[in-house]
Amino acid sequence: MKIMVAVKRVIDYAVKIRVKADKSGVETQNVKMSMNPFCEIALEEALRIKEAGLASEVVAVTMGPKQSIDTLRTGLAMGADRGIHVEATGDLFPLAVAKLFKALVEIEKPGLIILGKQAIDNDCNQTGQMVAGLLGWPQGTFASKVVLDKEKQEVMVDREVDGGLETVCLNLPAVITTDLRLNQPRYATLPNIMKAKSKPVKKYTPEELNVAMKSDLEVVEVTEPPKRKAGVLVSSVDELIDKLKNEAHVI
Amino acid sequence: MNRLVSFRSKSRISTISCSSSFYARILGNSIDASRTRSPANASDSLATLSRCSSLVPARTLTGSSLFGFRNRSTASWSNLTGHEGSQDFARRFCSDAAAERESMEYDVVIVGAGPAGLSAAIRLKQLCGEKGVDLSVCVVEKGAEVGAHIISGNVFEPRALDELLPEWKKEEAPISVSVSSDKFWFLTKDRAFSLPSPFDNKNNYVISLSQLVRWMGSKAEEYGVEIYPGFAASEILCDDNGSVIGIGTNDMGVAKNGSKKENFQRGVALKGRVTLFAEGCRGSLSEKIIKKYHLREKRNAQHQTYALGIKEVWEIDESKHQPGAVIHTLGWPLDQKTYGGSFLYHMSERQVAIGLVVALNYKNPYLSPYEEFQKLKHHPAIKPILEDGTVIQYGARTLNEGGIQSVPYPVFPGGAIIGCSAGFLNVPKIKGTHTAMKSGMLAAEAAFGTLLEGSNLDSYWTTLQNSWVWEELHKAHNYRPAFDHGFIPGMAISAVEHYLFRGKSPFTLKHGKPDHEATNVARSHSPIEYPKPDGVLSFDVPTSLHRSNTNHDHDQPAHLKLRDPEIPTQLNLPEYDGPESRYCPARVYEYVPEESGQLKLQINAQNCLHCKACDIKDPKQNIEWTVPEGGGGPGYSVM
Repeated sequence: MKIMVAVKRVIDYAVKIRVKADKSGVETQNVKMSMNPFCEIALEEALRIKEAGLASEVVAVTMGPKQSIDTLRTGLAMGADRGIHVEATGDLFPLAVAKLFKALVEIEKPGLIILGKQAIDNDCNQTGQMVAGLLGWPQGTFASKVVLDKEKQEVMVDREVDGGLETVCLNLPAVITTDLRLNQPRYATLPNIMKAKSKPVKKYTPEELNVAMKSDLEVVEVTEPPKRKAGVLVSSVDELIDKLKNEAHVI
Repeated sequence: MNRLVSFRSKSRISTISCSSSFYARILGNSIDASRTRSPANASDSLATLSRCSSLVPARTLTGSSLFGFRNRSTASWSNLTGHEGSQDFARRFCSDAAAERESMEYDVVIVGAGPAGLSAAIRLKQLCGEKGVDLSVCVVEKGAEVGAHIISGNVFEPRALDELLPEWKKEEAPISVSVSSDKFWFLTKDRAFSLPSPFDNKNNYVISLSQLVRWMGSKAEEYGVEIYPGFAASEILCDDNGSVIGIGTNDMGVAKNGSKKENFQRGVALKGRVTLFAEGCRGSLSEKIIKKYHLREKRNAQHQTYALGIKEVWEIDESKHQPGAVIHTLGWPLDQKTYGGSFLYHMSERQVAIGLVVALNYKNPYLSPYEEFQKLKHHPAIKPILEDGTVIQYGARTLNEGGIQSVPYPVFPGGAIIGCSAGFLNVPKIKGTHTAMKSGMLAAEAAFGTLLEGSNLDSYWTTLQNSWVWEELHKAHNYRPAFDHGFIPGMAISAVEHYLFRGKSPFTLKHGKPDHEATNVARSHSPIEYPKPDGVLSFDVPTSLHRSNTNHDHDQPAHLKLRDPEIPTQLNLPEYDGPESRYCPARVYEYVPEESGQLKLQINAQNCLHCKACDIKDPKQNIEWTVPEGGGGPGYSVM
């Protein structure tokens, strides 16, 4: 069985973000980029399934500009067997990504797709769900535990939901999106990094996959959140009520 | 891109070389694979496997001309004789490489992808190209990306770059802002007095060294150098004769209590026929090497002296921005007994670099270089420039001030030390990049001769002394030590040096006490009341730290080790009032009350900026800075 894993190149989580002066977006020039942490977890899970003998191949997929190949190579260094790079510039919204994914699935025919639950740059939390929807496949999102049963061709997923943990049983092929507590991703070792460079990477463009990239969404403005104002000490409950009523207008 | 090159030389070496452009799981600088020079042909799987196999070397060396290499395949820890008899020291210094980890072999292993390390790597590959041979060169870098740990003023003198990569302008090196003005001010609390500028920056450029190093990294990769960021060299590997044969990278995935986490990865042994250490100022492995091989004693060098530089890059108002403007100051906020000064350089794109450099032989244990820097920004001559601006990045790093007197003998069995790890910074010029690069180039040339012709690596020392590096450092050698006698004598002697002797002074001033011995006890000083940060020009440490993009995985052993865990509370706190809680620009060291009310030292290792100030300034040299898991530390991009 083949597993396809989505990996995305995002601004590193430790970097201090700045908004561009023209408010068109976030400053990405001279800024460190890394693989999305949830994608690392997704890839780690796929590798573990393969190492348990339940899958034959792990294919890492990334979509984005030319530099996204770095993220793909990291994935290969972690242990993925092959890479696919869909080269697309401009904003990539979840629906477009999901459509591209569908096109790739028709070519690759994987038995399982694993994605991170969301990307830390746009926090959409939509791509995995949309992929499942377009393909008509079952989905187990916010996975904190994944147990594959090869004979029964199904996968048990513990989902982290507001009320606690929910266990769902999905027939393969299925889509899983990973949450933080699923696993601890492995480090890429030096020898693996060297081996990774000989692993094949196939390039596609959206045109080749017959996907129209026109988006219904347009980013109008990006601003910083308002600066937190200093707190005010009140001396009595009456003063508190007065402030809440007359200054903050919340009661 | 792979290359299978087999070549027969006098030493009968057959080389398998793979050039790659890959990084650890945190990636940075990307290189378009098509830009590497070597044509793709042979499949490399066999080559890769044989290079990565443990224990069996990919090639065997014949001929013993190379500083005592004999049995390279048995890299057991050496029983050192002579210098240090203690077996414990040997065990601590050199590690058993063969036992349980994979090893990879190269002709040259370079520790540190900074200006010196990358210059050496590029020079080696250039020489290979000139002579039609190939050497495998590997550079390991503890930062997550090339350039992530690079911070410097920086007014760049392109002398060495002109020699190394003369086409740098055409190849779009990030060097575009020429120095347009050069001011030198003496500051008092309220005023700034213009002094004649002692610098000659006419043909120099205001740059971000982090950006330049990133560009150099991409050039090095084009030449086929393998660069691995995210891997920290933590051990020195030796053979039975005590010769260095390479380095070992850190184990990754070790929990705070020392146990192995689920993603534990054993470090890798990177073996090199020559190992070059280019770790920057107070390099952790370089210091061990200097001690072990008595490299300072070997040429009667003095101890090294240091300064701590704290820097911010601001984006300021367009109207206030003058690209290429260079300002240096002396005086306030530092007092007459403390050597140091500030800099303010206008870069490109409305950015200015501003920083304060404080010599670490300051006497008052209550001094906080960080807080002095915050004060500086409020000076009436500086405030208007920064007003309405925003801070983009913050960082700190120590730098060498010892000059030629403190340079150790830079060659040891198995390799050499280059760049600031040896200490080639020209203090009166306050420039060290060009000399670091040149030292890397000279070491590369010496290493090339060693590997291909069997010549002695000591030729590096000879060429260094015959180069412009030595000439420059010699001219500069009395300026800094003069200030150990006080500010006025310092200025006087400097004037004499500059105008009268013109660098050809017949005497050499010695340094004062080592920095860590210079601190007075707390009772001979009183605490300094520093003003509260206003959040506009001055900031508290956590805010600044956030701007350095520094981070370490918190669940790892603290990389700052106390040789004696009792000394902080028994000595540092009562005698010196815990100076580490003040000089550390990242608030790693805090004395916090325990339940009993007693103060205890808390080490917030996660904050560390890798500046090495603690390793230098701790009064009893009790704090040892060791390298944390690779990939952590600051994330400088425009510093």
